[in-house]
Amino acid sequence: MIRLLVFLRPYRVSVSLVLLFIFLQSLFNLYLPNLMSDIVDTGIAREDIVYIFEIGGFMLLVTFAVVLFSITASWLAARTSTGFGTALRARVFAHVEEYALHEFDHIGTASLITRTTNDITQVQQFVNMSLRMMVMAPMMAIGGIIMAVLTDARLSLVIVVVMPVLALAIYLVLGKGIALFRAMQYKIDRLNRILRENLIGIRVIRSFNRMEYEKKRFDEANFDLTDTATRVNRIMASIQPLMMLIINLSTLAILWFGAVRINDGAMMIGNLMAFLQYVMQILFAVMMVSMMFFMIPRASASAARINEVLDLAPMIRDAVLLQEPGDSVRAEGLEFQNVTFRYPGAEKPALEGISFRAVPGQVTAIIGGTGAGKSTLVNLIPRLYDIENGAILLNGTDLRHFLQHSLRAKIGYVPQKAVLFTGTVADNIRYGREEATTDEVRHAAEVAQATEFIDGMQDGFDTLITQGGTNVSGGQKQRLSIARAIVRRPEIYIFDDSFSALDFTTDANLRAALKTEIRDAIMIIVAQRVSTIMNADQIIVLDEGRMIGVGLHHELMKTCDVYREIVASQLSDEVSAS
Amino acid sequence: MNANKNSTNAPPSTGRNNSHNPWGGPGAVGIGMPVQKPKNFKATSLRLLAYFRPHVWLLMAVSVAAVLSTVFTIISPKLVGNATNLLATGVMSRFGNHVGTHIHFPQLIDDLMILGGLYVFSSAFNFVQQYLMAGVAQKTVYTIRKQVNDKLTRLPLRYFDSHPHGDIMSRFVNDFDNIGNTLQQSLTQLITSAITFVGVIVMMLTISPIMTLVVFLTLPLSFVIIRVIASRSQQYFLAQQTSLGTLNGHVEEMFTGHVIVKAFGHEKKSLVRFNEINEQLYEAGWKAQFVSGIIMPLMNFIGNLGFVLVSVFGGIMVTRGAMKIGDVLAFIQYARQFSQPLTQLSSIANIIQSTMASAERVFEILDEPEEKEEAKNVLDIESPYGHVGFEHVTFGYEPDSPVIKDLRMDIKPGQTVAIVGPTGAGKTTLINLLMRFYELDAGKITIDGIDITMLYRGRLRSLFGMVLQDTWLFHGTIRDNIAYGRLGASEREIVQAAVAAHADHFIRTLPDGYDTVLNEEASNISQGQKQLLTIARAILAEPPILILDEATSSVDTRTEVFIQQAMNTLMKGRTSFVIAHRLSTIRDADNILVMNSGQVIEQGTHSELLAKKGFYFDLYNSQFSGESLGIAAK
Repeated sequence: MIRLLVFLRPYRVSVSLVLLFIFLQSLFNLYLPNLMSDIVDTGIAREDIVYIFEIGGFMLLVTFAVVLFSITASWLAARTSTGFGTALRARVFAHVEEYALHEFDHIGTASLITRTTNDITQVQQFVNMSLRMMVMAPMMAIGGIIMAVLTDARLSLVIVVVMPVLALAIYLVLGKGIALFRAMQYKIDRLNRILRENLIGIRVIRSFNRMEYEKKRFDEANFDLTDTATRVNRIMASIQPLMMLIINLSTLAILWFGAVRINDGAMMIGNLMAFLQYVMQILFAVMMVSMMFFMIPRASASAARINEVLDLAPMIRDAVLLQEPGDSVRAEGLEFQNVTFRYPGAEKPALEGISFRAVPGQVTAIIGGTGAGKSTLVNLIPRLYDIENGAILLNGTDLRHFLQHSLRAKIGYVPQKAVLFTGTVADNIRYGREEATTDEVRHAAEVAQATEFIDGMQDGFDTLITQGGTNVSGGQKQRLSIARAIVRRPEIYIFDDSFSALDFTTDANLRAALKTEIRDAIMIIVAQRVSTIMNADQIIVLDEGRMIGVGLHHELMKTCDVYREIVASQLSDEVSAS
Repeated sequence: MNANKNSTNAPPSTGRNNSHNPWGGPGAVGIGMPVQKPKNFKATSLRLLAYFRPHVWLLMAVSVAAVLSTVFTIISPKLVGNATNLLATGVMSRFGNHVGTHIHFPQLIDDLMILGGLYVFSSAFNFVQQYLMAGVAQKTVYTIRKQVNDKLTRLPLRYFDSHPHGDIMSRFVNDFDNIGNTLQQSLTQLITSAITFVGVIVMMLTISPIMTLVVFLTLPLSFVIIRVIASRSQQYFLAQQTSLGTLNGHVEEMFTGHVIVKAFGHEKKSLVRFNEINEQLYEAGWKAQFVSGIIMPLMNFIGNLGFVLVSVFGGIMVTRGAMKIGDVLAFIQYARQFSQPLTQLSSIANIIQSTMASAERVFEILDEPEEKEEAKNVLDIESPYGHVGFEHVTFGYEPDSPVIKDLRMDIKPGQTVAIVGPTGAGKTTLINLLMRFYELDAGKITIDGIDITMLYRGRLRSLFGMVLQDTWLFHGTIRDNIAYGRLGASEREIVQAAVAAHADHFIRTLPDGYDTVLNEEASNISQGQKQLLTIARAILAEPPILILDEATSSVDTRTEVFIQQAMNTLMKGRTSFVIAHRLSTIRDADNILVMNSGQVIEQGTHSELLAKKGFYFDLYNSQFSGESLGIAAK
């Protein structure tokens, strides 16, 4: 939590002013009882009505000063805490945008989203409350003690005794409460998890007739949560009456000792009245803060999660000595030289000893089982991950010597899981190249076999895609993301299993269209279906991260067992055997 | 000497996405926030109150405790005032004759003892009230939550298919949180605030009607402030909410599509857009914070005004002998307590409204129509053969657009039905009908000649085994996940099923074998392995009829071979409905259903369909023969 306060630095002045104003406000607020005691001890005693009015007028001025101070403090606090949240949010978002895939894998997309949104809001709220409330308590306490001592030093001893008692009470109750709070949070999460499992698996649960079992599971978690929640609330039930009792009893003490001092002529009655007011104000300030302690576990958990994001530095950075990749891909094309790659912390490398060359105008296909490393391999080309050993060269230059941005500008990448953004169909295609004309967009859609369904949509190319692309089917999403790559007119195309959601007819048509469209680019296709890639100029067979075959379809049928196995599993026996 | 006790009831927020500010502090919560209003306040609140019925006696006790605690709280300033009068009399008398006439200490001790007693009782009753209420509130929430969950098990699948999971989850998380907090805090606050307000007025009147009038002067000011601030701050909060929504949406989208943002080099653009929204959020945000934040200072201001008025006018009254000094002290306390219940009440009003809106959303689930009741004279199939008949079946998700029209099929025990068609052709429809997740619009489905609606749903579903592409496993051990197939299966049976499903081997290579705990996303085993587990689960269940999905798009070849073998084992001797992807399955099928855009468009055997030269003919040629012939040629 403390570390994040760096983001308050631009607001140093504001924060100091908030402290100052709250201090002033506390002092002035405490000054009111003092003035009242003047009314009592001087005005009433002398029956001086003019004096009473004078003091009253003065009190009004003080009252206005108090409200002015506190409103100014609120204004500054609001701007400061919101500014803090804004700056922190911007920093975290910008930092995450720097991340390569590795960091996303590490923290998890969903978690990153929560950290950038909810967690920051949580911390911001905490800062706001702290600025407004938490600093008030010490200010009130200090101010109150000063006033109390000035009024009657001996009687102030009551405060000295009561404060630690109150602190101890708060400490004891909160200590227990906070631990229970954490337990409760855990139980809430568990109940939610069970519910989510039940919603997702509803067909399975019903088909296996396990409703009663699931009901019981839910009920147990529900009961457990209720039990803890009840205990939390019961503990909370004790804190407030307890504190009230301590405060009230201390007023009794003040009345008693005050009476003794008045009796001795050491104190005036107005002073006693003022004293009671001070004590109330101080103790209530303390009590208010104690309630804030419940925000601490939550805010500090959020802060820790945010810090984790900020501490995770992106692994891939631009090199110092940069080279431009050149305008067009030369005949050297893209070359993998004995590339080894390992996911951080993994025991075995995900790819090992990969060497091949993909040249313009040719199709390089990659096939292999799940976990063979196909997607990993293509993700290395736009440097979504960096390799451990070996080199990947484009036009003879190591990829790591290029500016990431200019390298990626040469690549049209179609991911395994099609992702679309909010915006029109045309916007989504144009994501590949912003300055693409309407005709170019249309043409890309045609090649991607997407025009038919786009024209069938309500507003054609202007149809809005909802967030997450929920209003288009999987196959349609894939075709749009292919169009997005085509409109880019890249020098390297990467299709990472991008035809899987297409039916065979569309798949075949698409490949035919691509063939005529793309003549002098490097094409890299990852596929599961043999039929998709068997006409490639070069097929690379991966198995457990190693290349176990490379060549044309008919060559591999003869030389590569795994390839034959794959073919056999997909095509009916008689056809492939013949 | 009691400051308003309600002001310090900070509701500890219990949920993650608590909608109202966790700081329930000094009477400001809920005033500023936009309020969700229930559609039918009265009906919903009555319904919610009905849940209190079992706790009526406890609630009575709670109310009595709350009333007593509040009354004691209200009386005590008056007593403090009396004690002060005692001091004053002593002092005054000393002023009077200048001889040491002292304070009457025995009387003071009596007064302080009584006061002490009041304090102790007030706190004790307050504690009892909150303590009891915690039990009642949590138990009530427990009951409703259980009821809603039970209800979910009786709702038809149609409900789950048409309501996003996120929506149902949010009702469970946020709405219940809201209800729980309100039951715990706001109801008793309602009582205590009301009593405090009335009580304070009564006490003030007994002391001095004129002074009461003076304090009343501040009342309109309170109203005006609450009014103005509430409307202002709602407006800002709405603006903040809107910007926050846009911002969250942007973050979600950019992070989910991070690969694309990166690969297409759009990081800068995304950042620019983010900063734009973030700036808007700042503008709306600080205003909302500010406006809602000044309620407290303003209320304090009004309190101070009252204080000044009481001090001045009280002072004058005392000099005129119309009032005693201690009464002024008491009045100061009452004046301070006077405006608080008002703020509190208006905030509670908002909280209760939003709670009723929450309760309404929860009750909405309870009011959903349930699955059709079981037939009156239920039949049973003693030893099922798996003879499935479709007789003139018509069905549509929307009443006027049937996706299946007059479907007739007779599937003999052990036969295989292949379902083919492009992706997204609505193959789950058949599952929905066979398992009676949805009701037919016309016609009937029979198993061994018995209409499935004549069977208990549980019995019907136990006849089926289902292996789908989106495997469902839960957080638990592998053993438990397989055993899910049949209650009370023995260890040996579980292992046998795993062996038959070709899963035994990989399970034993895992560090904890059958005791390996699948994590929440079950991401610690591969997709193919998950599928093998679901096959093992189906094998264990030994159903006479199977529903299988052959799609294995994200499974590696070897596992795929295993899966295929396991499926073949499973299908032996059982009637099977297969969502088919492989040519051999389709050609060997006894019946093929061809589906396109959600509808069954053709039906027949492989050769019959080919001869028809329809959709299937095209599909078959494009999918299989074209490329396959290419291979054949080589």
